[in-house]
Amino acid sequence: MTKKIKNLNLNFGPQHPAAHGVLRLILELDGEVVEKADPHIGLLHRGTEKLIENKTYMQAVPYFDRLDYVAPMNQEHAFALAIEKILKIDVPIRAQYIRVIFCEIGRILSHILNVTTQALDVGALTPSLWGFEERETLMTFYERASGSRLHANYFRAGGVHQDLPKGLEEDIAKFCETFPKIINDLESLLTDNRIFKQRNVDIGLVTKEDALDYSFSGVMIRGSGVPWDLRKSQPYDCYESLDFKIPVGKNGDCYDRYLCRIEEMKESVSIIKQCLSKMEKGPIKSLDGKISPPPKAEIKQSMEALIHHFKLFTEGYRVPKDEIYTAVEAPKGEFGVYLISDGSSKPYKCKIRAPGFSHLQSMDYLIKGHMLADVPAVLGSLDIVFGEVDR
Amino acid sequence: MKNLEDLEKKINSELATKINNTEIKHNQLYIETDKEDFIDVAIFLKTNQDTKFRQLIDITVVDYPEQNQRFEVVYLFLSHEFNQRLIVKYLIAENEVIPSLTSIFPSANWMEREVFDMYGVSFKDHPDLRRILTDYGFEGHPLRKDFPLTGHSEVRYSEDQKKVISEPVKLEQNYRNFDYESPWEGTKYIKEEIDSNDKKN
Repeated sequence: MTKKIKNLNLNFGPQHPAAHGVLRLILELDGEVVEKADPHIGLLHRGTEKLIENKTYMQAVPYFDRLDYVAPMNQEHAFALAIEKILKIDVPIRAQYIRVIFCEIGRILSHILNVTTQALDVGALTPSLWGFEERETLMTFYERASGSRLHANYFRAGGVHQDLPKGLEEDIAKFCETFPKIINDLESLLTDNRIFKQRNVDIGLVTKEDALDYSFSGVMIRGSGVPWDLRKSQPYDCYESLDFKIPVGKNGDCYDRYLCRIEEMKESVSIIKQCLSKMEKGPIKSLDGKISPPPKAEIKQSMEALIHHFKLFTEGYRVPKDEIYTAVEAPKGEFGVYLISDGSSKPYKCKIRAPGFSHLQSMDYLIKGHMLADVPAVLGSLDIVFGEVDR
Repeated sequence: MKNLEDLEKKINSELATKINNTEIKHNQLYIETDKEDFIDVAIFLKTNQDTKFRQLIDITVVDYPEQNQRFEVVYLFLSHEFNQRLIVKYLIAENEVIPSLTSIFPSANWMEREVFDMYGVSFKDHPDLRRILTDYGFEGHPLRKDFPLTGHSEVRYSEDQKKVISEPVKLEQNYRNFDYESPWEGTKYIKEEIDSNDKKN
């Protein structure tokens, strides 16, 4: 007697702890082998781009925190750079260092989250407990600089909102001394761990060609052996004057991407150290009163400062008609802003290029032929955060 | 090509009839072409040994409702080899169907779905043209300039019907768009911009 066998359709998510947010993944299974994956996204779509078109340039900054919410300042950076390039304003050197420090802190924040939750997905609980303690310390730095642990709203076109409070530089320096040991501890749990390797080595293989075809960037392309990092190839702010290495993978599997992230965290610590040693006192935002608001004390004395303050927080500054694409190396890959200004104080269009969007798109290609249990491992190594995928 | 000027010359000479205009700005090359020629331009950019724009970064559309050809389709390319960025654009009218890039760049799939979802521009030969970011059964195209910021419908859970229902948007207060624009003088470059605009008018 013959029996007809039908493929099983399985809904993975949208409420699944290993989906890293609200992903609805429709899997077609043949036994335990995945035949097809169809990600349904958009459950966190908030219309960020539409909202930005209706806000002034300064009001648009907080929306960038809410994209990739584990590394908020990296996104703000791309937007600030886009405006600065159109307005042709220079950023004071101290502000550049502050921005780079906080971008690298963002990178560490994001990589800790990714590495440890990936370990969690494949069955290791301890790394996330250790890692999240460090994340808490880092978010305290965010809070001390910007007043908020997550949604910083700290970067401005022309610099940053305010100078670092007293003692923060020393505390970040102290963190840089202790953190490498934590990375080593994490590595001692994972890198040679038999189970972790069995779950990750040779899983989710990406070849060089496919990494290019599928618009991969960041760790996803470096894991496959393409030495491409925007901080090196198209440097912005003060990255040119800093000395750091770009870790590159060999096989392009989940394990290599994990190793890349671990190495990148070590490089980030070195970048932060360099910035701290090179940083000097000085202005932290553009001195152009038509773009940066005046200090509060000045408003009480100077008529001009009062007018500037009023105009900046009602109309905002105007940006001449232009269009530009700027990209930064966010922890997840190339995060870009395609900005069109029309001479008014609101962007005419602001398209956000999120790295996670193209990475998630390749899910079907990555997972085809793998077992169902590999889905969380691959998804974890893609480093997906739904804030930026859905926008 | 080592630098953008050479690239501009190369593209202009090799694709002379297919290119309407080129410009170098912000260290990027901007190319204007036509809908009919676009696929040829894309294949050339991807395969030619001197260009090697192997990666499609993004596809988007800009809406200019007051123009005859309402939508400007924008493609962003990146060449890792030569470390260059290039932007290709062309104008289309509202109901035009444009060619899909999915056979050349597989990553165009979702990007085109997003454009379709947000602007209602249709793609020919796209393998799976569905909405992507908006809700199942959503109507309208949110990023068009004539789509209101508050949207048309809102959803809530209905206690009576025991399910999520969709109703027209009811706001306690209408959305207020404050217009603060004034003849306030900006910094120099903005003054120049205003002056040059005045001259044109």
